[in-house]
Amino acid sequence: MKGVLSSVRRRYGGVATSLILVSCGLWALGLVVLPQLMMIDYSFRPSLPPAKQGGPEDIYTLANYAALYGNPLNLAIFLKTIWSSALVTATALVVCYPVAFFLARMAVGRTAGLLFIALVIPYWINEILRTFSWLLILARNGFVNTVLLDLGLTQEPIIFLGTTPAILVGMVYAYVLFMVFPIYNSLESLDPHQIEAARDLGAPWWRIHWRIAIPHAKPGIAVGCIMTFMLAAGTYAIPAILGGPKSRWFTEVIYSQFFEALNWNRGAAYAFILLIMCLGFIALMMRLFRVNLAEVTR
Amino acid sequence: MSADRVFRLFMGAYVVMFLVYLFLPLLFMAGASVNDSRFPTLLPWNGFTLKWFGDLFNDPMLWQGLGKSLSVGAGVIALSVPLGLAAALLLTELRGKARGLLYGVLVSPILTPGVIIGISTLVFWRQMSVSGGMFLTVLAQSSFIASYCMLMFMARLQRFDRTLEEAALDLGASHLHVVRRIMLPYLMPTILSAVLIAFLQSFENYNTTLFVYGTDRTLPIYLASKVRIGLTPAVNALGVIFIALTIVAAVVYEWRRRAALAVKPGKRAERPEPRTADLRPAAEPA
Amino acid sequence: MQFSRKLQVGGRDPALGQGVSLDGVTMRFGDFLAVDDVSIDIAAGEFFSFLGPSGCGKTTILRLISGFVEPTAGRILIGGQDMAGIGPNKRPTALIFQNLALFPLMPVWENVAFGLEARGVAKQERRRRAEQLLELVALDGSGDKRVNELSGGQRQRVAIARALAVEPKVMLLDEPLSALDLKLRQHMRAELRTIQRRTGVTFVYITHDQSEALTMSDRVAVMSQGRIEQIDVPDAIYNAPQTAFVAGFVGEINRFAGHVVAADARHAVVETDVGRLRGVNRQALRPGERASIFIRPERMRADGAANPADENSFEAVLDRVGFEGNVVNLFLRTNAGREIIAQQHNSDDLSGLSSGAWMTLRFAPDSAAVLPAEGRFEAAA
Ligand SMILES: Nc1ncnc2c1ncn2[C@@H]1O[C@H](COP(=O)(O)OP(=O)(O)O)[C@@H](O)[C@H]1O
Ligand SMILES: [Mg+2]
Repeated sequence: MKGVLSSVRRRYGGVATSLILVSCGLWALGLVVLPQLMMIDYSFRPSLPPAKQGGPEDIYTLANYAALYGNPLNLAIFLKTIWSSALVTATALVVCYPVAFFLARMAVGRTAGLLFIALVIPYWINEILRTFSWLLILARNGFVNTVLLDLGLTQEPIIFLGTTPAILVGMVYAYVLFMVFPIYNSLESLDPHQIEAARDLGAPWWRIHWRIAIPHAKPGIAVGCIMTFMLAAGTYAIPAILGGPKSRWFTEVIYSQFFEALNWNRGAAYAFILLIMCLGFIALMMRLFRVNLAEVTR
Repeated sequence: MSADRVFRLFMGAYVVMFLVYLFLPLLFMAGASVNDSRFPTLLPWNGFTLKWFGDLFNDPMLWQGLGKSLSVGAGVIALSVPLGLAAALLLTELRGKARGLLYGVLVSPILTPGVIIGISTLVFWRQMSVSGGMFLTVLAQSSFIASYCMLMFMARLQRFDRTLEEAALDLGASHLHVVRRIMLPYLMPTILSAVLIAFLQSFENYNTTLFVYGTDRTLPIYLASKVRIGLTPAVNALGVIFIALTIVAAVVYEWRRRAALAVKPGKRAERPEPRTADLRPAAEPA
Repeated sequence: MQFSRKLQVGGRDPALGQGVSLDGVTMRFGDFLAVDDVSIDIAAGEFFSFLGPSGCGKTTILRLISGFVEPTAGRILIGGQDMAGIGPNKRPTALIFQNLALFPLMPVWENVAFGLEARGVAKQERRRRAEQLLELVALDGSGDKRVNELSGGQRQRVAIARALAVEPKVMLLDEPLSALDLKLRQHMRAELRTIQRRTGVTFVYITHDQSEALTMSDRVAVMSQGRIEQIDVPDAIYNAPQTAFVAGFVGEINRFAGHVVAADARHAVVETDVGRLRGVNRQALRPGERASIFIRPERMRADGAANPADENSFEAVLDRVGFEGNVVNLFLRTNAGREIIAQQHNSDDLSGLSSGAWMTLRFAPDSAAVLPAEGRFEAAA
């Protein structure tokens, strides 16, 4: 460690080295580690009025976690959030793989450039606005219902908003591009000769993908799945806009603990549960696709 | 027609459909923003109007939100770009366990749901009696935006020829002079990209900000509240403006990237950066 | 490309060189010993070369002298002053990097003037000095070009001008000519030597090319695996190698392994598979020790007359004749299958030789070296 620091010193000089160390320390501790630890600490303490904090009742307890288990409604919301996010992730993967493959291996020159810009633009548009655009489509008097009514396919407008499917549609729309780019990045490094060789050997197109392209894209698929799942499980905006009281998301439960029930300790516990779930999903993906952290964040 | 051609055609058609899927909702929004209807809708079409844009400009809350968002964005740039750079400089020098640990800690915010970053920041700073507001918003956003900046800088530094730095030192330059004349010019394109990415991420952040904004409502916070309660087509008008700005930014960015590649014909010089190096999973983690 | 025209830049006196001393210098990278207890005194104004195979620690020695790394043990003195703790930017050295390390984002003249910029010289003056130096290296008018518009040889000269600009006392050059083609390389050798003579700056030169080291240097240090094998004038390195490694690494040489059967202060006799051979005994070998005897091809006399009973003579069959104009290389094979090269001046005697002919080879004892056998030579050969 000492040797390492001296190499930093030698490279950047004493002043800059101190600055570098201090900034990294402040960031790692002040913005990442300590806040997380504090949140975890909170989650194991009872919610007490300020007067009683630090008093005899202020002991570590699992009560906040037990609260989730003891509340069937919130527990159901939690489980729904998990499987819905997994569903969003799987859908996005299926929808995106062909697009990523086309962009990386089939499009050339101008087409590739234009397609790339066309994909980047929606990627940068505010999540809320992108979600809002689906509000217009799914509303009672929105585009879908207008078309269905005009075609006589339904007599009454269908209520989409406030349902879980509406949320899922909005999420797939909002997060598809987080799946496209990682897969594109990994497919781009695939040697085209490999595909040609396989084709020469008479492999049908599906086998080329199954045996060559998809294995090569594994790190990208892992990254895409991790990002999409984390975004889906952790979003507040989309269920708030497209959902309703009957389709609450776990983030909404957490939010209400903080700002409606004003029980920060329980909110922290719920947040920690969400975090653990996301970490578990990341670990699962890294296992499944045999990639490590450096590859995931490359 | 050969199987290969059928496959190509099929893939082309699929990608076109995908683009339609991406852009149609945005087009609806644009259409609704100029529809003279009380509700935000494209159909039925009641004729063209610009009055919703007018409404927008007369909305003081919106301007306030914009002001807050710009200030927060400036703060996030000022904090996360230097932090990302410092960490990248340190990490390129570290080896072994220490590097793995620091790297893990510093990229973890990217893999953490945004709401949790907001919550942990809020909880942590309550201990120091700091409550939600612009300050916490900047800190919470920076904690993960700095990670993106760090990854960008690391990618760039990896291709840095260290003998340049040594040559400068050898010619008698001070460390400061080396940084100013060798490192910074080399890093400048990435610094500009990092500034842009940091700003865009901050500007559109909602999930993290939600927990820490206190009373300093940024534009996305204001927008979300408007979307949820008072539905007027003015929101669409705002959306259209956002989309237009985004398109301009994306085109300028892409143009600049290409121009940068064109200037350096890169004979023996460095390989051009992979095109997505700076754009990748760069949007906000929930 | 005439450097010889004028070397006084800006009307100053030529900077005089300073001596460099390494005193027991050792450098470890983890467990790996890159430089092993090296002690050398390089005189002020000397053209000193390090010669050795790739990976033997040459670059590491230059980096130690220029201050990019601190030695694990030992001292480095420049001009008599201990350099411990003095950073590369404070040492009176200028290093020409193996890859040149020109600054790609600066035009040529800013490259050349960079050291002056670091010293706070005003811009106009910098530009003027840069132009003078560029003229010196025959690149006048290229000041505003970008570095990657230049050819390999031009880039090389920019690097030299950039190093000269800071008027170093010691110039360190890390295989500076290795990227150039043969013709340019030979030209640049002469130019570098001229610059060194004119400026009086001490040159510490690194190369794995023995002819480069031998033609340019006042003295040469031959290195192997982090250690100095021999420090000597080029003539002695070639003609009087002190170790098997030096004998084998520098130039072509014939080698016969065996053991010493007789020895005195001057000569030693080695029993080999072609018989007993006598050579100079520089390492005071004693009978019974394992040793090899080394003979340069040009010191081998080959003739048709068979009289192998003479001392230092043996028979071999001619494999093929390599004609090089002024000299002719005879490739032969001994009874034991050992390949021998004998180099002869071109003469009428050699006409009519054909492969398969038996010849007798002989050499003078004073032109052969008997040196201790060592495992390291085997590895390097
Ligand atoms: N920074 C370093 N870390 C570890 N090993 C090194 C380092 N620098 C050089 N080496 C090792 O030291 C040995 C000598 O290297 P070098 O001095 O560059 O050799 P040369 O210039 O003679 O080819 C090599 O085996 C190289 O791998
Ligand atoms: Mg070297």
